Amino acid sequence: MDLLTSILAIAVFAGASLVYASVGEILTERSGILNLGVEGMMIMGAVTAFAAAVASGNAVVGVVVGGLVGGTLALVHAFLTITLRADQVVSGLALTLAGGGLASFLGQRLGPGGAPLVGMVGPRFRSITIPGLSDIPVIGPAFFDQDALVYLLFLVVPLAWFLLARTRPGLYLRAVGENPQTADAMGIDVFKVRYLYTFVGGVMAGVAGAHLSLAYTPGWTENLTGGRGWIAVALVIFATWDPRKAVAGALLFGGVNAIQFRLQAEGTTIPASLLNMMPYILTIVVLVVITRFESIRKKVGAPAALGLPYNREERT
Amino acid sequence: MVVEGHDRPTRPSAPVTDPTAAPIAVALRGITKTFPGVLANDHVDLEVRRGEIHALLGENGAGKSTLMSVLTGLYQPDQGRILIGDEAGRLRPVTIASPRDAIHLGIGMVHQHFKLVPTQTVAENVILGMDGVPFVLDMATVEAEVAALSERFRMPVPVSAYIWQISVGEQQRVEILKALYRGAEILILDEPTAVLTPQEAAEVAATLRALAAEGKAIIFISHKLDEVMTVADRVTVLRKGRNVATLDVAATDKHQLAELMVGREVATTIDKDDVEPGPVVLRIDGVVARNNRGIVALKDLSLEVRAGEILGVAGVAGNGQRELTEVVTGLRRAEQGTVTVDGDDLTDRAPVRFIDAGVSHVPSDRLGRGLAGNLPLADNMAMKAYRRPPIAAGPMLRRDRMRAFAVDLIERFNVDTPGPDTPARNLSGGNQQKAILAREITAGTRARERGRRPVLIAAYPTRGLDVGAIEDVRSHLLRQRSDGTAVLFISEELDELMMMSDRIAVLHGGEVMGVVTPAETTIEELGLMMAGEMRR
Repeated sequence: MDLLTSILAIAVFAGASLVYASVGEILTERSGILNLGVEGMMIMGAVTAFAAAVASGNAVVGVVVGGLVGGTLALVHAFLTITLRADQVVSGLALTLAGGGLASFLGQRLGPGGAPLVGMVGPRFRSITIPGLSDIPVIGPAFFDQDALVYLLFLVVPLAWFLLARTRPGLYLRAVGENPQTADAMGIDVFKVRYLYTFVGGVMAGVAGAHLSLAYTPGWTENLTGGRGWIAVALVIFATWDPRKAVAGALLFGGVNAIQFRLQAEGTTIPASLLNMMPYILTIVVLVVITRFESIRKKVGAPAALGLPYNREERT
Repeated sequence: MVVEGHDRPTRPSAPVTDPTAAPIAVALRGITKTFPGVLANDHVDLEVRRGEIHALLGENGAGKSTLMSVLTGLYQPDQGRILIGDEAGRLRPVTIASPRDAIHLGIGMVHQHFKLVPTQTVAENVILGMDGVPFVLDMATVEAEVAALSERFRMPVPVSAYIWQISVGEQQRVEILKALYRGAEILILDEPTAVLTPQEAAEVAATLRALAAEGKAIIFISHKLDEVMTVADRVTVLRKGRNVATLDVAATDKHQLAELMVGREVATTIDKDDVEPGPVVLRIDGVVARNNRGIVALKDLSLEVRAGEILGVAGVAGNGQRELTEVVTGLRRAEQGTVTVDGDDLTDRAPVRFIDAGVSHVPSDRLGRGLAGNLPLADNMAMKAYRRPPIAAGPMLRRDRMRAFAVDLIERFNVDTPGPDTPARNLSGGNQQKAILAREITAGTRARERGRRPVLIAAYPTRGLDVGAIEDVRSHLLRQRSDGTAVLFISEELDELMMMSDRIAVLHGGEVMGVVTPAETTIEELGLMMAGEMRR
């Protein structure tokens, strides 16, 4: 493998969890709900997925459990923000903080017989080489020598885009996020749509966590997600709420990860902690660049009702 | 609908059959609806026939919207029955529990504030929330169907354009098409001409007649008498939640309708003092400014307002009025040009400098920018007086004097409130407006005492008010004119502008299409200028 191929391969591998989390958050935000709890749902997904995989001896069971745990946490956010109309930012931050704490706690006792999960080896997704396709120069090994969860994305991302752009439920979802009053008057159940896509976003964040603990860095360690949930939230803005662009953004961030690994492997003299900062610095740069063009964002991007609770009786 | 009118303009197409003989499309019988503390509808009856345009006339708060919300399933009536007629006029009672039920019964509503999603296309908006839309959308077919429908009723719309790209008049057509696409036989329009130019309004009137000619029953909510006289076949007048009368339009006139609507004799003329305009006080010279989306909203705009003069500003909302008021109050930056007040160049200075110079501002957004809704009325009224004695005592505020100040203003401006401690949001719209006027006018008076020539910027000051409050607001503005204040008066009611203004400037696309005097122009001409088709 030449340098470019290996960087691209790591970029895809590292970007997979970002794609899951950000595409899920795109669906949630398109319904008008801002869920800043991605980091919390992701890390809870990671710890419970790993624990379930260890207990059952099956990594697929782990993914299912991780997704459901992420979805359940999202429902808490949904109840607080949709039904009780709590502030979405506060609720999301609470979810991130609570999720982080709870994951540490569970990591200490979810192993067999209540043992800590840390340091344990369990089932994992291994890379599956797809014959033929993996022989394509440069991109073959990068895209077709990956694990099953990465391959699943080849299905999930086009489906998410198709749902949004070409189907009736997608039209309703966009209407709810843009103008819930209109959607309601047209007979669309705003609450149902918001609950549904908040849940879907949570499931995908949970699966994102599962990819970390079952494939990317198999096993459980404290702070396994390392802020990837926040990067995913930033990616949503970078992608202007379009699942296709989220893939590009995730590859960019994954690529930064890959470069960072390469440099470390080459024995660079740049301190490791500086290299570790790179994805986060990039996040800030991306946000600054995007918000510079706020006029564009308003026209093509952010759902107009994002972050606003809906109340039928309230007159606007 | 042409808003002018002492005589009834001729009707382009008379109803083919006698409307009183046509089958009944919908009947509301004895509808009563109460809200906590308010009897919104008190045994109201309404009967609309196929092929007729039936106006529902009443002041704000007369119960028009409540009645229509009952008919469209948003509210459940406490008492009363709704009956729907078939083509032979046989009536059957129905229950309308939701907007969806109403749609199934063939009742379509065109709201005053359009229910459209700006980032979706015309066709997408048309099918939003409809039954029987396939899972995977086939927009090409929908677009063809909508285009066919718009062809049939002569309501041209660009079917694949986004809502934010099309004009307000086109958006309204989309709303009507939405209802027709769902098979509406009974079409309700809530003040459909409020946001349109006179020409666009005339087009809507023609469309409504075409629809009625096809046998649709049209209910047309309005508080504009001229419009009712020109468009409707029959009219039902509501006052304070009760039926007052149902009349054939041909057998009534404006004055009778006005009296029925208000319940007393209404003055249709305004007494204006003869005032000799003084020197130019507010001068706007070559101003360029952008709106919140970064688009140029004022293009090289120049205007002058003299002392003792009302300069009316006409235009369809969104043509730079808001940016104009903001530039002349220091709330928006002018990229080019100058704003001078009584000789002082105040371009891009802070709002407080404008206030000190004697510029008062009655904003269009009463509760957004005009008042702090949760604060007591006293605090709101003192907002332009607290910086100076007697309310200011060094860095401290004298609450007792502030309260006395408010009590005095409440008295003088006839504000109906339980007291100065009531939160401003609890007042009715008319009383909120009077409170703002009291604050702004007295700020101008104090500026005059400091030797300044006051300026009053009033944006849509009568919008949404009932007839009594409108009369009060207008007389306050005229008194300011008599006192030598330079008044910039923005309104979307052309007859109001014609009555009140000494000169009228017409805005279109951020440019002044012309400045005319009411005596030498007509509503039609103003309409053409508002549409950007004429300059003077």
